[in-house]
Amino acid sequence: MKIFVFAELNTAGPSTISLEMLTKARNLGGEVAAFAVGAGSDAAFATLGAHGATTVHHLDPGDALPAAAAAAALAGLVGDGDLVFFGLTQTDRDVAGRLAARTGAAVLSNAVDVKVEGGSVGVVNEILGGSTLVETEFTGSGPRLVVVRPKSFTAEAGAAAQPQVHTVPVPDTGRSGAARITARHAEESQGPSLADAAVIVSGGRGLGSAEKFGLVGELAGILGAAVGATRAVVDSGWVPYSVQVGQTGKTVKPSVYIACGISGAMQHLVGMKDSTTIIAINKDEEAPIFAVADLGVIGDVHQVLPKLIQALKAR
Amino acid sequence: MKIAVCVKQIPDPATPYTLDPATHFVVRPAEQVLDDTDRYGIELGLQLAEATSGSVTLVSMGPAGNLQGIRQALAMGADKAVVVSDPALRGSGAAVTARVLAAAIAREGFDLVVTGTESTDGYSGVMPQMLAELLDLPALTFARKVSLEGTTIRVERQTAAGYDEVESALPVLISVTSGAVEPRYPTFKGIMQAKQKPVDQPTVADLGLDAAAVGAAGSGQSITAVRPAPERAGGVKIKDEGEAHLEIIKVLERTKVI
Repeated sequence: MKIFVFAELNTAGPSTISLEMLTKARNLGGEVAAFAVGAGSDAAFATLGAHGATTVHHLDPGDALPAAAAAAALAGLVGDGDLVFFGLTQTDRDVAGRLAARTGAAVLSNAVDVKVEGGSVGVVNEILGGSTLVETEFTGSGPRLVVVRPKSFTAEAGAAAQPQVHTVPVPDTGRSGAARITARHAEESQGPSLADAAVIVSGGRGLGSAEKFGLVGELAGILGAAVGATRAVVDSGWVPYSVQVGQTGKTVKPSVYIACGISGAMQHLVGMKDSTTIIAINKDEEAPIFAVADLGVIGDVHQVLPKLIQALKAR
Repeated sequence: MKIAVCVKQIPDPATPYTLDPATHFVVRPAEQVLDDTDRYGIELGLQLAEATSGSVTLVSMGPAGNLQGIRQALAMGADKAVVVSDPALRGSGAAVTARVLAAAIAREGFDLVVTGTESTDGYSGVMPQMLAELLDLPALTFARKVSLEGTTIRVERQTAAGYDEVESALPVLISVTSGAVEPRYPTFKGIMQAKQKPVDQPTVADLGLDAAAVGAAGSGQSITAVRPAPERAGGVKIKDEGEAHLEIIKVLERTKVI
């Protein structure tokens, strides 16, 4: 059994989730290859090598949306029983879907752990906001595709190792590969990034308006924290998608997570419940967020936050 | 323009779903609701159909039940629905679901296929590109903004860092994020009309698929265990009487944030 790890290459190098998955693959043992997509560099390949890839298959699809070409190329590499890891990110999911459809392989999504025992591969995922764990085994033939939740594994570089790099020619995928990227935009957020922040101050619909959401940003500024938000807040256009925490946004595990006016829908809990310490402020005593909070404050964010900000400023 | 919009009936999220203890499959009551995130795809479909004098067909797979969720979608203005409801489909994984939906969409014919990014009960998040691959279509996924110019679709595609501008000629598949458009509320007239709109319920055989290759048997996976996740140690809950911020400060001090 070979393990392939999908690695999206960004301007800053391989995606963080690819390094997490490579570390897991390395620990599972066996032959580990990265399938790297994007503009490559020796530094990026070396990073993949240090995290466990002995081989890197590199595909640069240029300005094509990469899923169709990546899936077609991967389909030619993966064999019966091979394990293929993808992250729960936009491009990874797209490639996993195309590859599954192409090969007829089973795909198990939302994995928080992968277990290999003998010839069998089991995947653990969380349902119902993380309150229930489900273990599923692959039973059929063909490659086994797993889509992994970010932060399920910790990325750790091993000894530096220069992997063997194979350049993969861009396959002709006809109509299905016809989508083109005409421009790329980064939405800069101020302060530390959500993925790396030790402290996150996050806001929900309870803030009431984009203007009042400013309290979250103000508190984050004082604490040197990153700003997060729920899907409802992002959908309302108060803040960009890049700060969304939850199932359809980012998964975070900071030391301290301060949830302001967040009720704790399952969609949100699954993205933050593994934070070390959780502080929640919400008016509704019955809000599900209190079930995961180490300190739950039943109160109005519009009262508590200004006082907290003032007290911190006075220190 | 002929538009197919994929939708799903799910157990009401207000009351968390349960798993059948024997099969571990989600228990699906007769009364299911429209997955709320599907409203964005329906709205986009309706807007593009209105702009092109086109039509919107809803395509769904799963136990039909009393079709409450499908009627909710029709009430927004879709013209008709195809619901593939067949006991043989019980336990189908994502790959089987994609084959069934693709067959139903192909049978209807289309210029554009619209989906959400993931369902609220299953969350596999891989269905849109699976459908695109099976239908030999380019896929403009995670669209947060969509425009049609002639026969070219342009979208802003969400990325981890921000967004990309992406385009393709029709026919194409689009997956829309929630927030991409503002879903309309059904009117009273729409709700009344929805009761009369055609809902086709083909079987697997009607779509030309082999019943033995779908359902749990054709899905290459088996749930082996379901167990509660380790619980977090219970926390402290206090009511704000004007001084709660001081308790927050104590926690911030204890955790060395300040």
